[in-house]
Amino acid sequence: MQDRPGVCELLDAVRAFLEEEVVPALEGPRQFHARVAANVLSIVGRELAGEETSLLAEWERLARVLGGEASAPPARLEALRAAVRAWTADLAERICRGEADAGPFRAAVRAHVRATVEEKLRVANPRFARATLDAR
Amino acid sequence: MEAVAIEHLRRLAGGASREMWAFDAVLPGGAVERLVLRRDPPGHQVLSSRRDEFALLAAAHAAGLRVPRARWCEEDAAVLGSPFFVMDFVAGEALARRLLRDAAFAPARAALPGQLAEALAGIHALDPRAPGLTFLPRPPAGGTPAAAELTRHEQLYRAVALDPHPALELAFRWLAVAPPAPRAETVVHGDFRVGNVIFGPEGLRAVLDWELAHVGDPLEDVGWLCVRAWRFGADAQPVGGLCQRAEFFAAYERAGGVRVDPVAVRWWEVFGNLKWAIICVMQARSFVDGARSVELASLGRRVAEMELELLELTEG
Repeated sequence: MQDRPGVCELLDAVRAFLEEEVVPALEGPRQFHARVAANVLSIVGRELAGEETSLLAEWERLARVLGGEASAPPARLEALRAAVRAWTADLAERICRGEADAGPFRAAVRAHVRATVEEKLRVANPRFARATLDAR
Repeated sequence: MEAVAIEHLRRLAGGASREMWAFDAVLPGGAVERLVLRRDPPGHQVLSSRRDEFALLAAAHAAGLRVPRARWCEEDAAVLGSPFFVMDFVAGEALARRLLRDAAFAPARAALPGQLAEALAGIHALDPRAPGLTFLPRPPAGGTPAAAELTRHEQLYRAVALDPHPALELAFRWLAVAPPAPRAETVVHGDFRVGNVIFGPEGLRAVLDWELAHVGDPLEDVGWLCVRAWRFGADAQPVGGLCQRAEFFAAYERAGGVRVDPVAVRWWEVFGNLKWAIICVMQARSFVDGARSVELASLGRRVAEMELELLELTEG
């Protein structure tokens, strides 16, 4: 167990330093890259805060969509990541073969893919996801 | 021989895949030329040649299009570490967000739809069979430009992808159903958008970034201009954050562009979103393979934006 500040608090301290002190002090490409760097830290913070929960939800959706045998999700985070990745590769291959071109499988696949993409955007660019929903 | 002095050398912002350096060349006698050097950053996935981009810029300039005059090309990497060319400096602004938000650029926002339409019609009027442009990639005989571009990008994607992307696979399937029928083939700029043009408060000054030019369907450029990323958040105006589709299509036709088929443009818009996603995947791959750049790293996480837009565009 590490001491406070925790990982998210440390990230936030570096992000604030970049945004408030480094970005205004630079110009040109360096200023742009400092802004990008601050944004990357925000992404990391959002990912750390919700990764396990969102991976579990993705694992459960994939289990339903791909119709695998009922079992419990892997308990360790690393194994859970690997399982979601392997199933996502299977799904991509089945779409590529045309299995999701029509019918109920298409609808189930699109719903799952949409939920997954929205979750990726919750981490990578929450504003973009909100703007898309507002425009509908 | 008297030497030319280089002064005020500075790196210009923008361009994850290409370095731009502005400088003043002080000639013997004191005359000053304001120039820009464009260089491949060492270690990147480079898919185009500076010699070709240089030749195309020269052809566009000769045809009277608004482009910087091309001055010198050096392909020997030994000179500056990687190939480069030199062109005239065009003063102005390139930042899309400034164009779309600053009060000072309100006249440019009003003028640009017509000026971009005119510039694009001019590009499409270049002769793709001109002797100087034989290097331009063109669709294989017997195939349509749309099908050829789709195949080419699918191969690029399969060669570099680090992760499975079900959303991109769905887009490949959607696009394969009905690629636009062939029409008269023209020079296609390949990256014609806000962000790749220089403008002033009054409007368009120069069209840049010709490295993805090829011969193909002119409506590819029109669809690319409609891709959501090039609205830079000004989503209410689908064409570059500047105007509505119908307004731009009419201006482009008036300026001598080809007849616009909105269904074909829609296909190219979907393709454009997929292409930008693939470019971001390639940039992320460059980073993972060792190119140290926080910008390249961050682009890998932008793929999800295009994935959501692709799901929106192909719904129903």
